[in-house]
Amino acid sequence: MSTTTDTAIDATARARDLLGVTRLTNQALTTWLHGLPGVDQVGCEARAAALGTRSIKTTSKKWAIDLAISMIDLTTLEGADTPGRVRGLAAKALVPDPSDLSTPRPAAVCVYGDMVETAKKALGPDSGVKVAAVATAFPSGRASMAVKLADTRDAVKAGADEIDMVIDRGAFLSGDYLTVFNQIAEVKKACGDARLKVIMETGELVTYDNVRRASWLSMLAGGDFIKTSTGKIQPAATLPVTLIMLEAVRDWRVLTGEMVGVKPAGGIKTSKDAIKFLVTVSEVAGDDWLDNHWFRFGASSLLNDLLLQRQRMTTGAYSGANYIADDSPSTAY
Amino acid sequence: MSKFEYAPAPESRAIVDLQTSYGLFINGEFVDGSGDAFKSISPATEEVLAEVSEASEADVDAAVKAARTAYTRVWSKMSGADRGKYLYRIARILQERAREFAVLESLDNGKPIKESRDVDIPLAAAHFFYNAGWADKLDFASLGPNPRPHGVVGQIIPWNFPMLMLAWKIAPALATGNTVVLKPAETTPLTALLFAEVCQQADLPPGVVNIVTGAGTTGQAIVDHTGIDKLAFTGSTGVGKMIARAIAGTRKKATLELGGKAANIVFDDAPIDQAVEGIVNGIFFNQGHVCCAGSRLLVQESIADEVDRRLKRRLETLRVGDPLDKNTDVGAINSRAQLDRIVALTDAGESEGAERWDNGCPLPDKGFWFRPTVFTGVTQTHRIAREEIFGPVLSVLTFRTPQEAVAKANNTPYGLSAGIWTEKGSRILWMADQLKAGVVWANTFNKFDPTSPFGGYKESGYGREGGRHGLEPYVKTGA
Amino acid sequence: MSRVDVKKTYKLYIGGKFPRSESGRSYEVYAAPSGRSRSAAPKFLANAALGSRKDARDAVTAARAAQPGWASATAYNRGQVLYRVAEVMESRRPQLVQEVRDAEGLTPAAAESVVSQAIDRWVWYAGWSDKYVQVLGGLNPVAGPYFNISASEPTGVVAVLAPQESSLLGLVSVIAPVIVSGNAVVVVTSAERPLPAITLSECLATSDVPGGVVNIITGKAAEIAPWLASHRDVNAIDLAGAAGADGVDWGALEEASADNIKRVLRPAGDGADAVEPDWTQTPDLSRLTAFLETKTVWHPKGR
Repeated sequence: MSTTTDTAIDATARARDLLGVTRLTNQALTTWLHGLPGVDQVGCEARAAALGTRSIKTTSKKWAIDLAISMIDLTTLEGADTPGRVRGLAAKALVPDPSDLSTPRPAAVCVYGDMVETAKKALGPDSGVKVAAVATAFPSGRASMAVKLADTRDAVKAGADEIDMVIDRGAFLSGDYLTVFNQIAEVKKACGDARLKVIMETGELVTYDNVRRASWLSMLAGGDFIKTSTGKIQPAATLPVTLIMLEAVRDWRVLTGEMVGVKPAGGIKTSKDAIKFLVTVSEVAGDDWLDNHWFRFGASSLLNDLLLQRQRMTTGAYSGANYIADDSPSTAY
Repeated sequence: MSKFEYAPAPESRAIVDLQTSYGLFINGEFVDGSGDAFKSISPATEEVLAEVSEASEADVDAAVKAARTAYTRVWSKMSGADRGKYLYRIARILQERAREFAVLESLDNGKPIKESRDVDIPLAAAHFFYNAGWADKLDFASLGPNPRPHGVVGQIIPWNFPMLMLAWKIAPALATGNTVVLKPAETTPLTALLFAEVCQQADLPPGVVNIVTGAGTTGQAIVDHTGIDKLAFTGSTGVGKMIARAIAGTRKKATLELGGKAANIVFDDAPIDQAVEGIVNGIFFNQGHVCCAGSRLLVQESIADEVDRRLKRRLETLRVGDPLDKNTDVGAINSRAQLDRIVALTDAGESEGAERWDNGCPLPDKGFWFRPTVFTGVTQTHRIAREEIFGPVLSVLTFRTPQEAVAKANNTPYGLSAGIWTEKGSRILWMADQLKAGVVWANTFNKFDPTSPFGGYKESGYGREGGRHGLEPYVKTGA
Repeated sequence: MSRVDVKKTYKLYIGGKFPRSESGRSYEVYAAPSGRSRSAAPKFLANAALGSRKDARDAVTAARAAQPGWASATAYNRGQVLYRVAEVMESRRPQLVQEVRDAEGLTPAAAESVVSQAIDRWVWYAGWSDKYVQVLGGLNPVAGPYFNISASEPTGVVAVLAPQESSLLGLVSVIAPVIVSGNAVVVVTSAERPLPAITLSECLATSDVPGGVVNIITGKAAEIAPWLASHRDVNAIDLAGAAGADGVDWGALEEASADNIKRVLRPAGDGADAVEPDWTQTPDLSRLTAFLETKTVWHPKGR
């Protein structure tokens, strides 16, 4: 088992070491990132589609559903979020299925920074459910660095266990990799003990080559997780994008011995989809990632579909939405 | 042992209604053959699936006569549009009964259900659909003036893609107005016999398609029959040469799709993850029972170790086993004889000094199985770099420059296919020009399509199948 | 007193050079009987080199060496080179006419016509050099995100048995379609009418056709053809000249050709009979396509 990146490290020093340069310049980063192997879109999508045809049945399915539930970052990121809604979400995280108390809890609830305290309080100290906060002027990231850092510190101070930051996609797309690197590294410092998820917003990066480069840049700068999306931009967490990120963490581990987590977020709504992702995790990155310390689903409605399927497998009958307790019922799943 | 164990996910075989014995399909009816019956077994379990008639010389003669009569009385007089409609009907019925065909194919051949379901059968239907549209448009196909059928076509197909090869053969033959006597391989006759039922359901006029089952002597009877105007054969180069000799000095035409020893060439700037997939797909698709398989991996020396590491890690995730399990990646070897050949050649590889590795996966107790195997340190002079193994065995060689890659790739009597992996566009085009191969896959491998001509250079055969080019061998032109 | 002519020594044409047969053999070539001379004693024309199997072997080696370069010349360039052959033949028209008259026993007018057609045939095929690939190939609309294109390529080294009767027009009609696409050719000439072939080779040698692209061996097909048919470094064989060739069984040649899956262009005719076609007919593409391979290239289309 590898070491984690949870301990604070000087990202710039390590990057110089990995790149073999005396000074970390944008040129050095560009050379390194552009030297990564290209991604052939068609081949990548074909591989993802093939993984998606795995047929997971009976005991494996049951196991996978529970694992998927345990990997969810149960998320609410709306302007209309209220303390009440957040408390409802926390209650759901604590008891996902009142009709079956053996149902595992999700990994975390994910909220805006001002809701961290509410969430923390609702979950209590011993639930095992983490609180994740989006920060750094989520979702656009269009703010000064001072504001982004303040946003981060604020959430950490309120008790966030995990910080989901967004990268500056504008800087990335304009080739200013050093800015992206520095921002991630600084936010990482501001996180203290909180684990940092780096949202690349892959829907805005568009090409798989960019996804691969952004993944490596995020890992190099000290991200504990690489995450696809904010959920505010389509396409969000597609299987091919996640496949590329899983290849990146796999190869990063070969290079450095360190594991980095992966979090697809947005658009994963069904159990069937979730299981495809787990198959991909298993066959691409390896079983070490089949753990909510290293893999998460950023989702809201996914949990309810997993619960439906879980009930179906437990009772033998197809279930319905009215049998899924929900504080903010929706027909979206 | 993986943390994520996939429970068995078998496709139900209840959809297939197997009879205990099958006759020959001649003149629209099933008739008993006069030769000895033989058994078709499931290579995954060695279970006998059915008894099948062996067509004697007299049976072949009856089939050729039926085809001739159907040709002169019905098929050659029918409009192209109507011929096409029969082919459309067949395409549709194949789609309707696709699952049944897929299950039967996997049972009889040993290939994974995901391949028969997602590749063989859909493509077979697509070939009928594609060629159906040509039937009334042959004058526009640039085949030459006044294109018209040869008459009766004899077709002999192999066991690696039984239904797909049947479609490659029958669809263009019928579209161009020929009638057919087809022999499926002796180890995989069942889907061809099910196809005979499809012909009946489609009301195809009797005698237009005749299916005669049997082994080499049945094939010989087709090749030698004076009533055959044209032959189409897919199989080994050895048998292809025998056929070419047999028809020498006659006016019989032939299309030959023979063996291969394709080079799959990986440059250091390749899209590496997709290249690894391409390597895997190139040699482990269909257990490597593929004439165009990328059986020789030529990898640039500067990334040889990395490719080796990535490839072997990937191969450890390959699932070998029950062909009907939807998660099976590699199925059974088609026959005891083929397994023996693979074993003999891989033993030779080891004794000649190449380094052998396999993925160590568990294998079923019964049936014919071979683990995905990689030989490294292979040189051009090793038998495993020259002879077609036709199994899940990859020989890895290295090269330093594009010129060397081309020279090694072409240093074989075969010339069916080749693969190129590089992100550099101009190098792809230069390489594609230099490689002596009928199909070149760049940054992909083992792709097939009804519109895309397929066939080899050199000892990999002559003539093309698929696309407009695939019509040419089935017509004569001129005054 | 009239001047004593300087007579030409007719030799082989191999690798752009004019060697004698390695065997040291030659044979007497006589004019075909014609018109007034029909009853007279045959007129001696020259001693032609009697090519051997080793000459054929050398010719294959030369052809193999020359073929890649010729194939990689641009189609435009190959077209101009073939057109140049027509120009050079035009400039040597009187000599060709005389040789065809002698070889085939034609009237002057008929011989003029044959030479004209032979020259025009080069022009016809020259024009095809940069067109047949477009006509025969193209993009294939596969059901997937792939660029897929089929294009013709030359087969490689082609052995040709030249027609026995038509010593120039027939000869040109079998050489031009082979080389226009970038093949190299080893020709066994008409046994009894070999001299126009050697004069043609002189035209080729002075018209930018690279040495080795066309190799011409005078002699007996019955002696040389089996070696070409069984030669593993020959990719294809045109058996046109089996028609009327002494001791040549084209079926046996085809059988020998199977050993390396040669592409075989059978002689015209029905059944076992081989007949020489009427070379004055406008050709179609069949002799050109007989010596082409179709290569299909796939590439994904992605961002």
